[in-house]
Parts: sequence; structure tokens; C-alpha cells
Amino acid sequence: MSADLKTETAEAGERRFNMIEAINDALDIMLERDSDTIIMGEDVGYFGGVFRATAGLQEKYGKTRVFDTPISECGIIGVAVGMGAYGLRPIPEIQFADYIYPGLDQLISEAARLRYRSAGEYIAPMTVRSPFGGGIFGGQTHSQSPEAIFSHVAGLKTVIPSTPYDAKGLLISAIEDNDPVIFFEPKRIYNGTFDGYYDKPVQPWKKHKDSVVPEGYYKIPLGKARIVTEGEAMTVLAYGTMVHVAEAVCREKGVDAEVIDLRSIVPVDIETIEASVRKTGRCMIVHEATRTTGFGAELSALVQERCFYHLEAPIERVTGFDTPYPHSLEWAYFPGPVRIGEAIDRLLKE
Amino acid sequence: MGDQPENGQKVGDNRPSLKLHVPEPKFRPGDTVDYSHLAVTKPGEQPRPDEACAPVETNPLTVDLVRVLGDDDKAHGPWDPRLSPDQLRAILSDMALVRAFDERMYRGQRQGKTSFYMKCTGEEATSVAAAHALASDDMVFPSYRQQGILIARGYPLTEMINQIYSNRADKLKGRQLPIMYSSREHSFFSISGNLATQLPQATGFAMASAIKGDSQIAATWVGEGSTAEGDFHSALTFAAVYNAPVIFNVINNQWAISSFSGFAGAERTTFAARAVGYGIAGLRVDGNDVLAVYAAQRWAAERARTNNGPTLIEYFTYRAEGHSTSDDPSAYRSAQEREEWPLGDPINRLKKHLIALGEWDEARHEALDAECVDRVKKATKEAEKNGILGHGLHHPFRTMFEDVYEELPWHLKEQAEQAVHEREVKFPGGLPK
Ligand SMILES: Cc1ncc(C[n+]2csc(CCOP(=O)(O)OP(=O)(O)O)c2C)c(N)n1
Repeated sequence: MSADLKTETAEAGERRFNMIEAINDALDIMLERDSDTIIMGEDVGYFGGVFRATAGLQEKYGKTRVFDTPISECGIIGVAVGMGAYGLRPIPEIQFADYIYPGLDQLISEAARLRYRSAGEYIAPMTVRSPFGGGIFGGQTHSQSPEAIFSHVAGLKTVIPSTPYDAKGLLISAIEDNDPVIFFEPKRIYNGTFDGYYDKPVQPWKKHKDSVVPEGYYKIPLGKARIVTEGEAMTVLAYGTMVHVAEAVCREKGVDAEVIDLRSIVPVDIETIEASVRKTGRCMIVHEATRTTGFGAELSALVQERCFYHLEAPIERVTGFDTPYPHSLEWAYFPGPVRIGEAIDRLLKE
Repeated sequence: MGDQPENGQKVGDNRPSLKLHVPEPKFRPGDTVDYSHLAVTKPGEQPRPDEACAPVETNPLTVDLVRVLGDDDKAHGPWDPRLSPDQLRAILSDMALVRAFDERMYRGQRQGKTSFYMKCTGEEATSVAAAHALASDDMVFPSYRQQGILIARGYPLTEMINQIYSNRADKLKGRQLPIMYSSREHSFFSISGNLATQLPQATGFAMASAIKGDSQIAATWVGEGSTAEGDFHSALTFAAVYNAPVIFNVINNQWAISSFSGFAGAERTTFAARAVGYGIAGLRVDGNDVLAVYAAQRWAAERARTNNGPTLIEYFTYRAEGHSTSDDPSAYRSAQEREEWPLGDPINRLKKHLIALGEWDEARHEALDAECVDRVKKATKEAEKNGILGHGLHHPFRTMFEDVYEELPWHLKEQAEQAVHEREVKFPGGLPK
């Protein structure tokens, strides 16, 4: 851990991290434990990444374990496929999820299928880390949520943490996983939770229980959701930034909602989803990505197929609009408290 | 096979172990800078082939450095474009305006008037002088650091600032990041934040112009770091195959955010030399020498116009400021780099040249700077009447849904109504002041 990433100790033995620090810690632990892990990406070496996620790691592990790459996303992913085939566990960083597209062919046609096409002779174990999502005035090229594209590709796993605690445990699992994993980091909440009102400040992680990050190695299994709040009135399915927004709206409206943080969308925790919707009879899905064929469409279909006879109201999807992210109207685009609140009202009316 | 080991050894046991080379810049924060490794050529000594020459004739120039302005502030050699004092003053004035504009907009970002800004300090010549060497309707496909082209083409400053503030007068309706301009009227292509995507597009534009028997050529700008993108190589391949009338300007400002040019391959060869493998003309040019930049761009434009094909030009320059308002260059490079840069400052060099010609003086230069500051200030005031980012004076909400498609489909109509409705719920008495 580099000196400039501060650790606030709440109680003896307790370390409180923001999400960046938790990610840095997970990477540090995995570099230490396994000499086959390597980190590469634009600006990740000496500088420690534009969001500082890899700060101090090159200094600690050397230039052949943590290094800068050419600005070539197809190169970064393609090279990671070859490294995986050799037996390394590369952790490539794509600086912003919006820039993953030049690497898509290597991800979709190559990494995702290598195990299948070689009948298991070769694998491409890699964890592609990338900040995603909006809410930081990043305009249309620093704000997208492309998770649905990856969910459509057989052979890839897609993981999205929503807390520092989860970020560390999930990242360690992803790095150890033998399949290619896309690890999308919600950059809006790197430094704190967020309730979706643009005029209300972010709550820094310092005060949040999920910022308590245990020392050392621990894992959170991929494909296992987290029940954020238990409730009877409705089920809320969300991931990343939207977990906090949805949870805040439910709290403010006094709804007895069961908020579920999916943590990974492929594989998705169908058992937890099914049990919850069967119990509550109502389901709201929240994501920031555009609506049409977003991952919400898949969730809605799953719930409908498996819980139809338990549903007491149509499923509600709350999403971003079907437009690119507009710079000045970011806060009108964002699926915030009004959009979520009204969906809750509709769900509970029936 | 010959390398099958005997007596139970593993294949390869007796071979040397391989080593990975990871490039490292020469200087880091705190280091003393020594630029003696840079081959700074003597101005005027580089040959100037005919514009219609075979590409191979330019091969030596791809590893050389074309320079015109000498330490004596005079122009030297065959690349001297022989510009009139009026032309030189016009270029100087545009460059001074770009610098004043950058200064003010940078401060504007710090004052919270917008989200982001990128300066081009030290690189002004590579856009301004190049723009002066092109025809006003030659189509340009810039990257994000070529504000100098718009300024050289007379695009109103207030319009630029409206775009930077994403306000209600922003011609791009508040959708683009600040500095991602677009102006069809000025033959200036819409800027993308996705690096290098403009290169194949410029090539395609040039090919289209050739297919139609038109006379419009295209020019495009890209950072040296971005030449690593696949798009760069696709563009060069197409341009070579079809002999497209396009100019590729690579701005080698030494740094791509925190990564030095070595991470784009600069340790092995020059960026201009990439032209050799594609069989197109290539030039490596002092990017802080206004006369050399002008001459090279003019040469390439002439070549494209007369169906002699594409040119790749590397401008060797230095990014004097941070990458953007989100960057702290002191975290990864020596502060001395900027001070010691052996090719000087492009504005200063041109100013001294004009003074040496007896066509300029310090007093006039001071007056020019003051006038630039004043013009930018006035334009800023004007633009601020239309709002700054996040203060409510933006385009109406429904415009968010326009231009996604030519016509509004049903689902976007529904979503537009939802957005307008949400605004009424959020601000029942109208927008907060
Ligand atoms: C496809 C893509 N990958 C990564 C980025 C992030 N990024 C923005 S600017 C930049 C550095 C570009 O450096 P260079 O091409 O040398 O241009 P300069 O900024 O020096 O003018 C990077 C990596 C991006 N915008 N697009």
C-alpha cells in the first residue's frame, strides 16, 4: 500500500477504505501471493493509474509485474490472452469502460471462447478492470455502462461491486477465477456512497459499515448476491452505484423493500432473486445503462419466467434513457430519485 | 527435433533466460534533465524533395528533423516557406490568442464554470501554422488539442466558450465534453474522445473526395501515444492502398498522460518512420518551429492536391502543461523538462524572428498579448450570459432526445415526456436560482 493512500482506523484492528483503496489492497495482496499475476494498462505503472487504483504497486513489485502499455486496447486484451495461455494471470486495466470497444474483438471472439474452442487445452484467465458509469460530468465518452454487451457473450463473467468491502473480496475472486472476468468499477462511488440527488453531497465511505475492510486475503464468491436490506413489500434488483440510490429512495419513502445488490450479472444469483420475488410479489429493476436491451430486460424475463404466478404487479424497469450521456443534462439523464420513486409508487398501487 | 534433451532434462533448460524490456523515461520528478541525447539538427540543412517525389525519397527525412528557424532567429535552407511579414504576424497573433484562450479557460475550469479543459501550451504551432498552410475548406479531423485550428479559421471565441460551458447557446446542445468542438461550416470534424478514431475517418473522407473527382483534401491530427491504436494502422494501410489525398499529423509532445513516448514505440524508431513501411511519404519536423511546420504542411497539402498521395508528418514538440485539468504532471516528470526543452517555445521563436526581420518589437508584442487577453475576456463575458455548466441555463430537456435518430421513435417520445415530468417534480416552482 502506498503512503499516499490513507487508512483511517475506526476501531482497533479495523481499517476503513474507500473503494479505490480497497481495490489497491486486493491487487497488492494478489501480487504478493501469486507471482503469476501481473498488472498492465495505460498509466498504471509509475503513475499508479488515473484513478490511483494501482498506486505504489510498480514500486513494490517491479516493472515486469506492473507496467504501462501502449494506448492500444486491442493490444492490451490480445496480449492478455497470450499471457493467459502461457500461464500468467494478467489483470489489464482499461482506463475507462468507454474505451473497451477497440479491444472487443479480442474479448468477444478470442478470450471468451478460448477454453471452448481448444476443449480446455488453453484458457484465458484475466480480470479486465475498468471504471464505468456516469455522474461525474464525463460527457459521452467517460460515462457509459456497457455491461449488457458483455452479458450477451458466452464465456465471459461480469462483476460489479458496490462497496469497498465487496470490491476487495470480489476482485480477489475474479483474479483467481480461471475464466475471463470483466470487473466494472462504479467510479461515481469510488470515494463515497451516493443517493442520486445531484444537489446532495456524496457520503464519504468513512462512516459506512461497508468501508470496514479486513486485513489480508478474503473472498466473496462470484455469482452470489448480497441482500442489502430485508423487506416484504417489494424486491429491488440493482448493482453498482444504483444500489445506493435505490436503497436511499426506499428508505426515504419508508418502503419495506428488499434491496438486492447483484454483485455479478453473469453469473447472476437466480436463487436469491427468485426467493425474494416469491416472497414480496413485486419487483423493480434499476440500472444506469440505457433501457433498450439493457441487462434489466434479461432480469425482467428471468423473473417473469420463474415467478409469474407470484407477481402482484407488472415488473418495473428504471434505467437511463436511450440516448448517449449528455454532458450538461447528466442529472436529467441519471435514473435518480424521482424516476425510482414513481416506479415504487406504481408497483405498490396494484 | 534437434533440441530434444537427453538424460531427462527439460526442453530449454540450457538456453539463456528471456527478459522483458519495459521502457523507462530518461527523467523522473527530481531528476536533473540532460537533453544531449536528442539530435537537434542544424536548421536549413535538410533537403526538400519535390512534392511529386516517390515516397522513398522522403525516407531519410523520416529520421531527420526538418528545421528552418536558427538560433540567430533567421530562416535557413530549402524549407523556408518565404512567408510575408503580414503572414507571419497573422500566425503569431493566432498563436498568442490560443495561449490567452487556454489560460482563461483553464482558470474557468478551476472556478467551476465547466467540468474540464485541455491546454495546448507549447504546441500552438502544430495546429495554427498547419491551419494557415491549408486551404480554408480543406477538411480537418482534429484530436482534442487542436483548438488552434478553429482560432486560425476565425471561429468565434464566444461560440467556443459556449461549447465549453455547455450552456443554452452551445451549438452542440450541451452534449459534448468541453473542447470537443464541431463546425461543419469551418470544415472542422466533430471531435471524439475515443482516441485515433478520426484517422480512418479522415482517410475515408479523402477517398470519397477522390471517388467524386472533387478537389477537397483531408488532414488529421493525433497524439504520438495514440498511434499505438489499431485505427492508426488501418488508416495508413487504406491511405497507402488507395493513394488517398490525406495528411496524417502526429503530434509527438513526448507524453501521453503519464506515459512517455517510449510506450508508443519511440525507443526503436521515429513516428515519421512508420510511413516507410506503408510506402507513403514521411517527414519529421521541429514542431516548435513555425516556419518548418508551415512548410511541411504546405508540402504535404500540395502533394495530396496533385494526386501524389498521403503524407505522414511527425511534429517533434513538448507538452508544456499537464495533460488536462485532471492531471498533475509533477507526479511523473521532472519540472526541468519544460524549462530545458531544446526546441524552445514556438511563440517566442516566431516573435524573435519577426523582430530580427525588423517587422516586430517588444512593445507591439505586449500590446498584442494585452489585446488577446481582452478579446478572450469579452468573449467570456458574452458567453457567460448564456450560462455556465450546472447553473440551469442549458438547452431545454427535450433536446436531450433529439438527434439520437433523425425522427423521434415512440420509446424516446415516452422517455422525453418522463424527463420533462421529472423536472417538474424536482423543481415545482421552476428552476432554482
Ligand atoms: C480509445 C481510448 N483509450 C484511452 C483513452 C484515455 N486517454 C485519453 S487521452 C490519453 C493520452 C493520449 O496521449 P497522446 O495520444 O500522446 O496525445 P496527447 O494527449 O499527448 O496530445 C488517454 C490514454 C481514450 N480517450 N480513448
